[in-house]
Amino acid sequence: MEFAELIKTPRVDGVVLRRPFLPTVEGTLCLTGHHLILSSRQDNTEELWLLHANIDAIEKRFVGSLGTIIVKCKDLRVIQLDIPGMEECLNIASSIEVLSTLDSVSLMYPLFYRPMFQVIEDGWKSFLPEDAFKDLESMTEEWRLSDVNKDYSVCSSYPPLVAVPKDVDDDTLRKAAAFRHGGRFPVLSYYHKKNGMVMMRSGQPLTGTNGRRCKEDEKLINATLRAGKRGYIIDTRTVSVAQQAKARGGGFESEANYPQWRRIHKAIERSSILQESLIKLVEACNDQSHSMDRWLSKLEASNWQTHVKEILTTACLAAQCIDREGASVLVHGTEGTDSTLQVTSLAQIILDPACRTIQGFQALVEREWLQAGHPFQQRCSQSAYSNSKPRCEAPVFLLFLDCVWQILRQFPCSFQFSQHFLVLLFEHTYASQFGTFMGNSASERSKLNLSQKTVSLWSWVNRPQEVERLSNPLYEANCLVIWPSVAPQSLLLWEGVFLRWKRSSRCLDEAYDEMVHIIQYNKELQNKVNNLRRQLAQLETEEPLLQTP
Amino acid sequence: MEHIRTPKVEQVRLLDRFSNKSASGTLHLTATHLIFVESNADAAQEIWILHHHIGSVEKLSLTTSGCPLVIQCRNFRVVHFVVQRERDCHDIYSSLLRLLRPVSYEELYAFSYNPKQNEQQREEGWQLIDLGAEFERMGVPCDQWQLTDVNRNYKICETYPRDLYVPITASKPIIVGSSKFRSKGRFPVLTYFYQEKKAAVCRCSQPLSGFSARCLEDESMLQAISKANHNSRFVYVMDTRPKLNAMANRAAGKGYENEDNYSNIRFQFVGIENIHVMRTSLQKLLEVVGTRSLSVNDYLLGLESSGWLRHVKAVLDAAIFLTKAVTVEGASVLVHCSDGWDRTAQVCSLGALLMDPYYRTINGFMVLIEKDWISFGHKFADRCDQLDGDPKEVSPVFTQFLECVWQLTEQFPQAFEFNEWLLLQIHEHVHSCQYGNFLANNQRQREELQLKDRTHSLWAFLLSEGQNYLNPAFCHTYAETHPVLEPSTLPCHLKFWRNMYHQFDRSMHPRQSVLKNVLTLKESNRQLEDTIMKLEAVTLSPSHPLSLALLKEAQHQEEVGEEAKKCCSDTERTVEGSSGSERKESYGDLQGTYGAKVEPAVVSLEFGVARMTC
Repeated sequence: MEFAELIKTPRVDGVVLRRPFLPTVEGTLCLTGHHLILSSRQDNTEELWLLHANIDAIEKRFVGSLGTIIVKCKDLRVIQLDIPGMEECLNIASSIEVLSTLDSVSLMYPLFYRPMFQVIEDGWKSFLPEDAFKDLESMTEEWRLSDVNKDYSVCSSYPPLVAVPKDVDDDTLRKAAAFRHGGRFPVLSYYHKKNGMVMMRSGQPLTGTNGRRCKEDEKLINATLRAGKRGYIIDTRTVSVAQQAKARGGGFESEANYPQWRRIHKAIERSSILQESLIKLVEACNDQSHSMDRWLSKLEASNWQTHVKEILTTACLAAQCIDREGASVLVHGTEGTDSTLQVTSLAQIILDPACRTIQGFQALVEREWLQAGHPFQQRCSQSAYSNSKPRCEAPVFLLFLDCVWQILRQFPCSFQFSQHFLVLLFEHTYASQFGTFMGNSASERSKLNLSQKTVSLWSWVNRPQEVERLSNPLYEANCLVIWPSVAPQSLLLWEGVFLRWKRSSRCLDEAYDEMVHIIQYNKELQNKVNNLRRQLAQLETEEPLLQTP
Repeated sequence: MEHIRTPKVEQVRLLDRFSNKSASGTLHLTATHLIFVESNADAAQEIWILHHHIGSVEKLSLTTSGCPLVIQCRNFRVVHFVVQRERDCHDIYSSLLRLLRPVSYEELYAFSYNPKQNEQQREEGWQLIDLGAEFERMGVPCDQWQLTDVNRNYKICETYPRDLYVPITASKPIIVGSSKFRSKGRFPVLTYFYQEKKAAVCRCSQPLSGFSARCLEDESMLQAISKANHNSRFVYVMDTRPKLNAMANRAAGKGYENEDNYSNIRFQFVGIENIHVMRTSLQKLLEVVGTRSLSVNDYLLGLESSGWLRHVKAVLDAAIFLTKAVTVEGASVLVHCSDGWDRTAQVCSLGALLMDPYYRTINGFMVLIEKDWISFGHKFADRCDQLDGDPKEVSPVFTQFLECVWQLTEQFPQAFEFNEWLLLQIHEHVHSCQYGNFLANNQRQREELQLKDRTHSLWAFLLSEGQNYLNPAFCHTYAETHPVLEPSTLPCHLKFWRNMYHQFDRSMHPRQSVLKNVLTLKESNRQLEDTIMKLEAVTLSPSHPLSLALLKEAQHQEEVGEEAKKCCSDTERTVEGSSGSERKESYGDLQGTYGAKVEPAVVSLEFGVARMTC
């Protein structure tokens, strides 16, 4: 299929663009296979280059022969295009509709994108499981890297290499995999260096209504316990949801078969409910009425902040079990690809200072989300404005980013990155020129050969100028565990995402720049003082006369 | 003191209100403070509670562990003690009941408070603010506005200050006539003059119009205000009450201006609720946020049903209306409510803050409060319950004003010279009765009490530690680029002020404070600049005989500086988060439902209050 067939009208002159905080621009609208471009052909005005993939929904309006297209983007921005001529407007609208909802992976932009920057370090090779395991090996000998999944046959959503207890052989893993949802047998997620406790994750056990058991599964997770120690199983679902899962062949670990484990149920919602929550929240934020009561009740009805609190609470619980109780933890929900990952990754942010650096956070996203098989493509194919019925869409990763932002707000000096990094990740999960978030699992990415055919987001992020932009000037390495407050009064609405297009952030940005300036100036002054000291000390030694008391 | 039955009770437990944590220690009752000293020697926390800060004391029924005593403070601290013996508990309870209800002004702390200051310093403190100079700064008196001496003896209006500014054409009979037609004699006077457009902001109380009464002098007064501004043919009259309330007042012989009787006015209701609604609203809000293990939904629904943010928005909207009328249309505005000392004070002062960058400086903000609140007779004594009075007169009108200012500082982080701590500290002392500024209800009462001779001024104290209240992001040129602020009052832009209503609930706050960090860096920058200057002087003239000494001195100074910095952040900057040194050990701890964490020793906000008495 050629893109040209899909583009009914490639260009229209005299189009007026209106968008938040920028002056109105009149110019030529061009449609390419992947972009909507508006250019005024004047040097001083900003052009619009919008990825079709970023378009969530469009609306058409007509007044006489003047057509208007409202473009609602996945990054929650809303822009307006006034197009003279009804036919042109209809053509443009239907072309955008088709181009922004192409299902075929082979037509996606990252496969066509050629980087305009020099790739210093190939992001596809930056965070290989082998390298991560080398770090683990330096701390403990109790774990091994298994390639039981090398052809993705044991678990289609796992990477080829996973860390498992040393004493458990691949055969046991295969059997345990057959007992876990999606073949997701328990694997290592995090090793807590301080006390040697671990966090594992998996899919739900397939106990069904008959209470099936699997000796190999029991053996596998018991192998992670120290003698005489108990562990915790954190089931991200409520007891009743977990009970209901039995009817569909799922279930949870019974006390009888797992006597060394204590099970705790939490209440993180399933993905379809989260999507609905996002839609309601964005609608509340775009409400034009000036009524405070309406805003608060809509915000409440969206339940977004409740989800944030629930996820953070569960992550704190997991972290507490490991750090405070000195116990190992297994986390799972149903599939083990959504709420499970929210909990395991946030617990690591709390426990592990390395995850709070720019590189470390990338490694965390790579390990706990991409390699761990979070289905990004399914979850992020629609955002809050889409009119089509959601299939598998859900802001699971966005909620994770929101939770990280909450912790960042509470520990503003403990993260090497600023909220810009989180916003950037949000944008790229929904629409990107990079291949990083394409596909739903390691196996899909490898089939598409993305590491050869696309550029990695990390290649872009890890260039010095970008690292600089994403850095937090207040950062001071902090090796402690950081416990966030989860009281509703401590949780804030993430303005940087949800109110981003409501009001210009100029005032806040300028204040931020001033803060950066103060910090940089401090460094300069300190250097200067040190240099002067050195000079003076030299003078002292050159003129020993002065040293007389 | 005769009211103190038991000065000291040991083995008292202090319960945290949001978790299961507790601390045990000794409770001391002094003439001015209730003090809790934790017995744990390592992290001995001390809590000092000024009697005037105590809003209510409640003795709950006896439990197996002892007798619970719950104390709610006006600065939003809530403490929950458990006293082992019921008799001790009862003694403290009844002593406090007497102590927190002073019957005469002379009993208030301000009259016994004695910082280490000599008489001259004390007097200078009172001279810091000169409202005459402030009106001069605005450009008054001028060809249209003059100072009148009609109220020199508080004869016309006893709740107004002596010095009042009126239009040049308003003769004495007009003033007297108008004052008789206004509730409590509070006739229209100037409070702010917008020089650029010669537009005036005037304030007064409601007219005694009933259903049909009119007063020619009052009409001439408004005419005079209108005439004093050549830029506009009319003057806005803003009635800050909801229309229904204003209409109800007509039955009591009060009411609002009839547009038919006053030529060239544009009348407008803006709908801010009265003091009773505000009191109930804040009470509800505090009830909601004081709930243990509060869910997000209950929190948001509680915020909504309390109506507090809705009221904050209404006040801000009114101030924005006023500002637009003055700065955009160039029209003069007359603001009133019922008595003209609550909503009127809020709207006039916030409007001025939006229009005039001077009020966004530390000095200017003090002047603003002195002018629109203190001198124009906001009834601080009644509203803040300084003496045992009518509980229906108590209302958080001033707190609400401070919150509106905070909302503005959040939206315009570079526009204000001061930071949030100044607002919190002012709030603290409005209720502490430690300084004379806010005592009593009006200037006349203050003069009778001879406050300037017998008490100290808060402003002097605040300025003496001004570096704590600086906003590091403040931009001096902001005033030129943004003389008038245009805030958003979209509901999603107004936030719950956690640092005010939870200021003593440390577990709710960020564990690291950006403000504190940047303030410390700024301070360090100043010291480094100084060091560089000295070092450069020496390196440029190497034969300087003092070079070695200077090198050493510089080094030494820097060390001292470092120490001073540490000390400063430990003892003083503890409003939110943890300070530099304690950060290292303490914030790696869970809060809330999870863990038993030891709260670091902190005397939080009352650092100014507590230390100086004992």
